Amino acid sequence: MIEQRRGVWYLYGILIFFTLWYMAASLVNLPIIPMPWIVMENLLGIFVSKILIHGSYSLWRIVAGVILAVIIGVPAGLYMGYFPKWDRALSPIVYLTYPIPKIALLPIMMLLLGLGEVSKILMIFLIIIFQVIIAVRDGVKSIPKETYYPLYSLGATSGNIFWEILIPASMPKFLTSIRVAMATAISVLFFTETFGTEYGMGYFIMDAWMRVNYLEMYSGIVVLSCMGLVLFGVIDYLDRKICHWQYK
Amino acid sequence: MIQIKNLNVTYEAMGEGYAALENINMELGAGETCAIIGPSGCGKSTLLKVLAGIIREYEGIVEINGQPIMPMKQKIGFIPQNYGLLPWKNVYENIRLSAKIKNIKDRDNSKELDFFVQQLGLAGLEGRYPGELSGGQQQRVALARSFLLKPDLLLMDEPFSALDAMTREEIQNVFLDVWRKYSVSTILVTHYVEEALYLGQKIVILSGIPGTISKIIDNPLFGIENIRNHQDFFQLSLALRKMIKEDWLK
Repeated sequence: MIEQRRGVWYLYGILIFFTLWYMAASLVNLPIIPMPWIVMENLLGIFVSKILIHGSYSLWRIVAGVILAVIIGVPAGLYMGYFPKWDRALSPIVYLTYPIPKIALLPIMMLLLGLGEVSKILMIFLIIIFQVIIAVRDGVKSIPKETYYPLYSLGATSGNIFWEILIPASMPKFLTSIRVAMATAISVLFFTETFGTEYGMGYFIMDAWMRVNYLEMYSGIVVLSCMGLVLFGVIDYLDRKICHWQYK
Repeated sequence: MIQIKNLNVTYEAMGEGYAALENINMELGAGETCAIIGPSGCGKSTLLKVLAGIIREYEGIVEINGQPIMPMKQKIGFIPQNYGLLPWKNVYENIRLSAKIKNIKDRDNSKELDFFVQQLGLAGLEGRYPGELSGGQQQRVALARSFLLKPDLLLMDEPFSALDAMTREEIQNVFLDVWRKYSVSTILVTHYVEEALYLGQKIVILSGIPGTISKIIDNPLFGIENIRNHQDFFQLSLALRKMIKEDWLK
């Protein structure tokens, strides 16, 4: 029942998006903002031949970057949250490097790691990891001490503590951090894909723009925002599956 | 048997050492219950944490059956004030947690688990999360979790203080029922004189800062049916109250 209603809300969002788009297009009435259905028609036409390959590249870079950030960021955050020594040692490093605009590092990354996949994935990784570390760390720190006591007195090992308390307790904040970072990651992905590649939605959109092919450009933008929708949908789904206890 | 000899606990705050407990001596026979009563800040909870193996830095001897406190080796059940249930586990998983940590396989205790679920009136609630339970129900889950382990020592920190008066009496009776069946050595901290009288075979009065034992009383009224409605109960609780008041004013 609730699942169904959520689907309806997504449709509702899409409807509003298209209505606003339609209004803007009618108001401006220039080729620079084409009507939504013309774009959709174009999108369907080029979907298999062009979008599929570019979209897959972008999706792979995002997913790889996120997974890498999770593999390194979650354990780091858990350790920093649970062991004050780790926090004291690592927090200054995190605070110093977090505010650096990661996009400014792109040229260095490209010089060091080449123009290929590695530098792009690492860029996304760098954007996401700090938010993951800080969210997980604070999630662990906010667990009341009393939560641990029954487990301590049962003789729980550190493994027990991590598995039974730290990971589930920090999960909601972790998912929120991924949510927050995801939008930035997609924007940065777009930017990195305008350099040194011939695949990816970023390349596709910029290429269409250079060729003054507005229909393809808008198709690309629609696909990029759909990718965002799907990724957010996946995170929301995980939230409902794993963290349903917090909505009780 | 629980033995505490010359226990001293100090804690550090702002670089200075403060004594939390001083020269605590007491004994508790196997299967006995003991209520510790004392004013706020007298170190009741500290004493409980030492027994639970949470505070490890102390002077003196604290032993369960002749062995120093070692949570890995002994079975110690600890129920904190907020019941200590994990919000991300449902009732069933929360009860099972103690056995899981002690590496007891499900098939070895599934019958007992069902028994405790029935005994504590939790049937039908197994799939619920702590956030969906009332305080009394959460307390029942915490009791089930601890009793499933058949602990060498059960510790409860103001276990019934957050419950309303009616629920409190009900859960106190539930506790006594299960305790009678399993006679688990139990130490509970309380600030209600009536609760100490109703649940404690021994009543330990703590006082002062740092906490010291000012009296240990063998409770003559423990375990008598419906004792709460008897004249004796009122009189003893009044006497106890007076004793405590004088003691704490010293």
